[in-house]
Amino acid sequence: MSDLIDQNEGVQYLLMGNDAIARGALEAGVSVASGYPGTPSSEIIENLSKVARERNLYVEWSTNEKVALEVAAAASFAGLRSLCAMKQNGVNVASDFLLHLAGSGTRGGMVLVACDDPGGLSSVNEGESRHFARLVEIPILEPGDFQEAKDMTKWAFELSEEIKNIVLVRSVTRMSHASGNVRFGKLPDTHRHAEFQYHGPMLDPDVGQVTSAPVVYKHSLQQEKIEKTKVIIEDSPFNTYYGPENPELLIITSSACYLYTREAISLLGVEHRVGLLKLGTTWPLPPKLLKKYLSITDKIMIVEEVLPFLEENVMVLAAEHAKEIGAKSFYGKHDGTIPMAGELNPDLVVSALSKVLGIDYMTMPQEYESKFELPDLAKAPERERTFCPGCPHRASFWSIHNALQLDNRKGFVCGDIGCYAMARFACGFNVNKTLHAMGSGAGIASGFGKLGQFGMEQPVLAVCGDSTFFHAVMPALVNAVHHNSNITLVVLDNGGTAMTGFQPHPGLAINAMGDEVPDIDIANVCKAIGAKVEIRDPFNLEETRKTVNGLIEDEEGVKVLILKQECALSPDRKHKKSYNMRVDETLCLGENCGCNRLCTRIFRCPGLVWDKEKKKARIDEVICVGCGVCSYICPVAAIKIGEAA
Amino acid sequence: MEKLQLSKDPYNIIITGVGGQGNVLGSRVLSNMLVRKGYYATIGETFGASQRGGSVMSHIRVSAKSTWSPQIPRGRADLIIALEPVEAIRVLMIYGNQKVMVLVNTRPIYPVGVIAGELEYPPLKDIKASVKELSSTALFIDATDEAIKLGNSILANIIMIGAATRMLEFPIDREDFNQVILGSLPESKLDVNLKAFDMGARMVG
Repeated sequence: MSDLIDQNEGVQYLLMGNDAIARGALEAGVSVASGYPGTPSSEIIENLSKVARERNLYVEWSTNEKVALEVAAAASFAGLRSLCAMKQNGVNVASDFLLHLAGSGTRGGMVLVACDDPGGLSSVNEGESRHFARLVEIPILEPGDFQEAKDMTKWAFELSEEIKNIVLVRSVTRMSHASGNVRFGKLPDTHRHAEFQYHGPMLDPDVGQVTSAPVVYKHSLQQEKIEKTKVIIEDSPFNTYYGPENPELLIITSSACYLYTREAISLLGVEHRVGLLKLGTTWPLPPKLLKKYLSITDKIMIVEEVLPFLEENVMVLAAEHAKEIGAKSFYGKHDGTIPMAGELNPDLVVSALSKVLGIDYMTMPQEYESKFELPDLAKAPERERTFCPGCPHRASFWSIHNALQLDNRKGFVCGDIGCYAMARFACGFNVNKTLHAMGSGAGIASGFGKLGQFGMEQPVLAVCGDSTFFHAVMPALVNAVHHNSNITLVVLDNGGTAMTGFQPHPGLAINAMGDEVPDIDIANVCKAIGAKVEIRDPFNLEETRKTVNGLIEDEEGVKVLILKQECALSPDRKHKKSYNMRVDETLCLGENCGCNRLCTRIFRCPGLVWDKEKKKARIDEVICVGCGVCSYICPVAAIKIGEAA
Repeated sequence: MEKLQLSKDPYNIIITGVGGQGNVLGSRVLSNMLVRKGYYATIGETFGASQRGGSVMSHIRVSAKSTWSPQIPRGRADLIIALEPVEAIRVLMIYGNQKVMVLVNTRPIYPVGVIAGELEYPPLKDIKASVKELSSTALFIDATDEAIKLGNSILANIIMIGAATRMLEFPIDREDFNQVILGSLPESKLDVNLKAFDMGARMVG
């Protein structure tokens, strides 16, 4: 969105949280930005890549989050401001370097933006980056609205330079992917010079070597930076208090939970009974500020996502100062007032708050809710997640499934992270049987493939996407080849990092800024590692099925099958029909077909529907994108493939 | 700018539909029209995995005073714009109340469970009766059919936004829409989007 730099200073715009973070970085004069795509973080780097030329930035989608953090760190070491963005589990990947970076310290302002996903709305975990920041001892900032997302990101660079260490800005899905009003500030001059200085004494933070050793000395220095941070944040405008001088209950909160809590207080009309301390600096905590507000009442409730991070840190602080501030009652995760798992929302906070204050609150009048039980009331059928119409994964998993059925040795697929993770559901014919982290499918398969020694005879497959291949599959593939593990890796190459919005990866000849770059061929990489490699078009169902059968029957070492077909949402395929599909009603046998409705009951493409009145299959013209695959599954060839108009 | 006031603050709008229907774009366009007029708009939306054929919802909070929670509390919707008929029912059963207004696009998108014969999709007349039962005002328009006449079914979202502006008390009109899309859509698509907006506005009179 080049809107981010076209628009006027001082005017309010509607910005998504991630746009606001990107704008904050621009206002701070960031020079280098890197990351690996992952919902809900991807738009930060995407936005910066779009203005790279105008703002004299270097922006890259790195191979994985650890490399991304290293790339951004180099800019900081050379005196530039840099930002690195990732989703919560990206921080796990980057954590090894993060620990050492926190120990070595930084030079130019460096900010890590981690977008957590409470509730796992677009993740298979609800892990938290906050714990990592405490673990490696770096400050955490958490924006409480969209304006703060911008202002806080900008300030994070200043804090980083003041303490000479990396700062974490932690967002969540409901902040990153929500939108609100943001008033823009100034954009600075874009001319900056990079130089890595190392001519001074070895341990000099500005002109020496950059390393986390000697360990104890550097660790103590790092802890001094945290002590310095505590002093700086005592007066931070990002920590605010609203409410009476001596409330009955003090709520301490941060991030999107601040907005939920404000809503809950308003819905219950308890502004006169409750004080609201919103913290933007959640680790370390500002001790004097906390001591001051913990003194105004004896009942403290903490509202946060997901684990009791703030709660435990506040409890420690309260215990340290118990003599002066007195004993407190805490309400939150530990006593069960607020759920320990899942994301929060205004209703959950209302429910917790009304319990603590002893208020009866009905979210919906009984007479309205009772209508839901009326016998004639139409019920909404559940809408399960599925592959998009025209998605190559549906075709790929159709063939893998059929191959495994024919093979009949209880073969299975180790799944991985991407849209194809859904192949554990009916849309992928339930073939995926494990699902963990990026690259884990191939790693787990490598282990399964060595269990023949213990009598395991099941064929072992793993799947991964093209971007995932580079991110974390390559070490697992090397491991499998080196240990002669009997597996078949299927690379579902759909020409981009599709699930997160089609970002480029090392397999493509283009980078984040649109420049031409060398592309790395997956087949050649696999061959060089020592795997047998086949390449097929998954839309050719029969050939793909036969190839899978051939590969899993070959019990010697590692086989790689690359299924190459572009994502249905790729810029090239989106909104374009390859074929005009139709069902010939005179041929369709409907319920009398011996296949028992293979087309609609098993294949389950949203674009091929069942006409209840005619009792025939029918193409939904609005949904079908004309990939043509279903024409090959009808046993009487009633699904006709025609040239697109 | 004149002092803004709302008869209800925040005013809560939900745009619901199925992944791929242009729900997110619809919510951005409508909210940008409001922010241009000086309102605060907060949008909460779910995308990512939920785009893949799942139900998608955008929550819009309109206020003269401040940003609000990006999630609307249960039972607190004021206007529901359903790009798909059963999604109106799904949303009403969480966010509905006796005063809520509902605008529904009548074109169904069948869940795969229905296609596979495992689940029932209720007849449109039952959906209409149920939406009426659960709302104060219920309007049904054939937005997808009209969009197809304009050359692209995806325009149903803009037809629905055009229609919704006629149901809202905010002073937003065709010109605000024009200004918003000028900055965000390619020039070749401006005309057909304006036509879609006008068509929607006409359909609810």
